[in-house]
Amino acid sequence: MKALPVNPDQSPLVVLDLLFKLKIKDVMTAEVITVKRTDSLRKVQHLMRDNRISGVPVSENGRLFGIISIDDIIRALDAGHIGDPVERHMSVNVVVLEEDMPLSFGISYFDKFKFGRFPVLNHNNQLVGILSSRDVSTTLLLELLKEYRKIEAQLPHHAPQPSGKVSQRFRVNRYDFENAGKASQAIKKTLIQRDVPPALVRRAAVAAYEMEINQVVHSTGGNLSYEIDDNKIDLLAIDDGPGIANVEEALGEGYTTANEWIKSLGFGAGMGLTNIRRVADEFTIRSTLGSGTRVHTVVWLKKP
Amino acid sequence: MNRERLQKIKVSDLTNVDGWECISAGTANAPISAAYTSDLLSDVMANAPEDSVLITLQAHLNTVAVAALADVRAIIICHARPIPDDMIAAAQREGILLLRTKANQFDTTVKCYRLLTGDYN
Repeated sequence: MKALPVNPDQSPLVVLDLLFKLKIKDVMTAEVITVKRTDSLRKVQHLMRDNRISGVPVSENGRLFGIISIDDIIRALDAGHIGDPVERHMSVNVVVLEEDMPLSFGISYFDKFKFGRFPVLNHNNQLVGILSSRDVSTTLLLELLKEYRKIEAQLPHHAPQPSGKVSQRFRVNRYDFENAGKASQAIKKTLIQRDVPPALVRRAAVAAYEMEINQVVHSTGGNLSYEIDDNKIDLLAIDDGPGIANVEEALGEGYTTANEWIKSLGFGAGMGLTNIRRVADEFTIRSTLGSGTRVHTVVWLKKP
Repeated sequence: MNRERLQKIKVSDLTNVDGWECISAGTANAPISAAYTSDLLSDVMANAPEDSVLITLQAHLNTVAVAALADVRAIIICHARPIPDDMIAAAQREGILLLRTKANQFDTTVKCYRLLTGDYN
């Protein structure tokens, strides 16, 4: 079994982000319980029992000399040398982490070396903390909870009503291909619930999806909102930038500024705005370089 | 494709085809009345017919998102491309059949044509 169920190469983006953002010093336990070289193994045994820990660094004035693990204590009890000073039995080849390393590095250590904990040193080689797999799990859970609350706070507070006027707003994040399409899906579901004819549902879904993907691919992030009443479906995409230099040119079929990565995902063929115009009854685009782009699309439910 | 000649087939008719590995079961009774071959998701979004099977190389989450929006009922991934777990999870959630084959898009398209028309000549 792996020491930690986190793969620094293949986890969801939000986790990968955390693994790089968090430094070892943000995650480690800073108040380290240590012993001196002359302390007895018996003392270590009591420290482990009282504090429920399984490893104790041997350190004096911040300098690390070695580490005693629970295995050393079991061996000492077995062999009858539990009264010996720790320096005689400690491991002196200690694998350590540095406090400024990213957490992803620490996690790879748990897989590479089969230790349950790693002492953490600062750039002056002073012992400043200890990192256990428990520290990692606890911090990751807390950080994920924070991320989750952030995302939850962006969700709309009211559920869509089956009839009358409904509106909802979604946050769309740059390069977030994992969630791309969720806003359009929600819009589609609302329309189906309201018995909007399938052909109109499809046109609105196409427009919403292209507007959403445009924000994911080209903007630094933005909002996609819809408003539905008995007469029309209103879609509005407003992003935070960077804006389009030449809107006329961008409206041409096949015009694209997407990079190879985006193209490899099946986007960026310069069809987005063309697709929206084709399915929409009304379409306006306004863009200012440096501030952002606003796309407004209307699909009529009844001819005005 | 000559629409007049189409047979009525269902999603479940695609699950037992030689050389097609079933990755995630879809809605067995959903009708399939057309096929569309494309690796460009904007193209799929704009042009894939509803109740269709999509033949593509694009093995990722967004293919399922587009399929769900365009009422595509089944996706066939060609060239035995690896399929990420989140794509499988999304296909399960949306009830879209996910298949994989070693064959290329052309051969797979021909196979779909034969299934849809019953014309094996």
